[in-house]
Amino acid sequence: MFSHKIFETNTLVLIVGIVVSVAIGGLVEIIPLFTIENTIEKVEGMRPYSPLELAGRGIYVREGCYNCHSQMIRPFRDEVERYGHYSLAAESQYDHPFQWASKRTGPDLARVGGKYSNDWHVKHMINPRNVVSKSIMPTYAHMTRPLAVASTIAGEMKTLKVVGVPYTDEQIANAVADLEAQAKGGDAAKAVEARYPKAKIGDFDGKPDEITEMDAMVAYLQMLGTLVDIKSVKPELVNR
Amino acid sequence: MTQATYMDAAPYQDDLVKKFVLAATFWGIVGFLVGVVIASQLAFPALNLGLEWTSFGRLRPVHTSAVIFAFGGNVLFATTFFVVQRTCKVGLYGGAALGGFVFYAFQALIVVAATTYVLGITQGKEYAEPEWFGDLFLTVIWVVYLITFVGTLYKRREPHIYVANWFFLAMIVTIALLHLGNNLAIPTGFFGGSWLKSYNIYAGVQDAMTQWWYGHNAVGFFLTAGFLGIMYYFVPKRAERPVYSYRLSIVHFWALIFLYIWAGPHHLHYTALPDWAQTLGMAFSVMLWMPSWGGMINGLMTLSGAWEKLRTDPVIRFLVTSIGFYGMSTFEGPAMSIKAVNSLSHYTDWTVGHVHSGALGWVAFVSFGALYYLVPVLWKRERLYSMRLVSYHFWIATIGIVLYITAMWVSGIMQGLMWRAYDDLGFLQYSFIETVAAMHPYYVIRAMGGVLFLVGALIMAYNFIQTILGNMRDEVPYEATGYVLARG
Repeated sequence: MFSHKIFETNTLVLIVGIVVSVAIGGLVEIIPLFTIENTIEKVEGMRPYSPLELAGRGIYVREGCYNCHSQMIRPFRDEVERYGHYSLAAESQYDHPFQWASKRTGPDLARVGGKYSNDWHVKHMINPRNVVSKSIMPTYAHMTRPLAVASTIAGEMKTLKVVGVPYTDEQIANAVADLEAQAKGGDAAKAVEARYPKAKIGDFDGKPDEITEMDAMVAYLQMLGTLVDIKSVKPELVNR
Repeated sequence: MTQATYMDAAPYQDDLVKKFVLAATFWGIVGFLVGVVIASQLAFPALNLGLEWTSFGRLRPVHTSAVIFAFGGNVLFATTFFVVQRTCKVGLYGGAALGGFVFYAFQALIVVAATTYVLGITQGKEYAEPEWFGDLFLTVIWVVYLITFVGTLYKRREPHIYVANWFFLAMIVTIALLHLGNNLAIPTGFFGGSWLKSYNIYAGVQDAMTQWWYGHNAVGFFLTAGFLGIMYYFVPKRAERPVYSYRLSIVHFWALIFLYIWAGPHHLHYTALPDWAQTLGMAFSVMLWMPSWGGMINGLMTLSGAWEKLRTDPVIRFLVTSIGFYGMSTFEGPAMSIKAVNSLSHYTDWTVGHVHSGALGWVAFVSFGALYYLVPVLWKRERLYSMRLVSYHFWIATIGIVLYITAMWVSGIMQGLMWRAYDDLGFLQYSFIETVAAMHPYYVIRAMGGVLFLVGALIMAYNFIQTILGNMRDEVPYEATGYVLARG
């Protein structure tokens, strides 16, 4: 007859028993996600964030937008009609951290890119009730201040490269130039479009002389969900 | 050797426990207060004050961290240190030095974490918001905590390790694994970026799975296993009855810790997480109902033969009600993990209501019960300043919880149904903003529920202050209020 006494009288045995018990489930659920090849669909169009979009994403995380907005459209008729094609694993493959979130106090943002004008976004961020009278979103007027990432953006891209985002040396070397060009538009922005296909080019906030946090935020929002050409995705390759 | 010489040889570190009790009370009030503030912001957005530091997105992590880690954490430190010394009949390993380090370092960490959130320095992962330096700091604290706890178990003067300590140990060990596994990140400072920012090594779907492996088991081990340990010491103590079933405690302990770990993917139903993982998460979540109710039954049945104490001891009322809420939320949880139910509940306030029936009804109530037990014992008072105030606290807080969770059930289910409603012509019936506007009355009711819960905690703090000052309110004991026990 098995006795429980060995666990109750020996601290080390109890610890080993606990570690074994809690290790199994996590290992079985997590490890295969790194090894099963079709966990992330093979799709065309995914690319790392441009420096300006990355700065915008940093602001998104800083402000805790994920506390109220999801970025994960589920495959239901109503969600697909409301927000667009359901989200693919491939679309967040460069997201450190993921921002799928768990609550929709506000609407899903996975495909918000292109839905509203830049001008709408700027007015909405400054005071959401300017454009949506019943909105309960906080105001983000402080985003009209200058964007202060010139000294750190290349370092952020280098770090992301270490954790697996395929930034090229050319992209990292041109980080600051690309950031400024994307925010201001003009001829220099051609190079941004070449390095980051489908990048939306500014000016975003109506202040062409200045690069603000708003430029970065709107650049990020306007590209969300726009990279993958959904029509080209073969349903049989999607993992659900 | 007699009992008395044990005591002389190994004095308990009760001054340490006192500090954690005071810290838990303080951070509890702070956490509940921030909760009331952010609940009110959802009802009245002007309360975001137009300042970046006080917006909902930055304050919500302050609330969750304050209640889970600052309040819950200090309660766990207080109770584990109190219980492990007494059930092992020895003083704390490492004594005042290691214990004191855990205390001061943990309080400092809370301040650092809250300050960085308000300033917008965050990892952006729910319940794991502290940046890399906070995570490293917590790792050091947790290792010292593990050493003090395991060291005390090693030098125990009892042949068996008491059941409460199995749960405490499972909590400490598993939280260490979860914390390390989920927070593997590289500071951007190494590569010319900011030292206040890091990037997690996981991305997208793998990050989601790792995060909810962590997130769900922060609930499973920090807020469940740890607080079940509290139940297993304080309920039998206060009821003066032995634990109902030794065998049940063994079975539900191992089943609980084995099954809980698998349940994380139920936070990711119908997402881009592969189906096989979602199905595993759902199946194990449903199975988890059984060991959860094993714990509930063991706790409730411990009251066998002592049920009349519910009438005469408001502290027992807190403990028993907490077990009831534990049973209720561990039934609701598996139900919500079923994919068909989750398709409605996910992303809505229903989840928020579920969390709070567990957090307020189970975690906070069992904590209040334990704290009410501890204060007169630690400060060597005959009894609490006032048992009437405990009773007021109980009823005010209970009404607060009921307002909170019923408001969130209604708003959550309504929200889910409105999102998927179609009109006769086959169009979506409601725009998103219409569903937001419909939530307003429920957000107001929820905030009122939160206010009641906060008021209850303030009454508790007042009761503690008076007790510690040595005052005793002149009141008729509940035993003598004229109720006649109807005994057959």
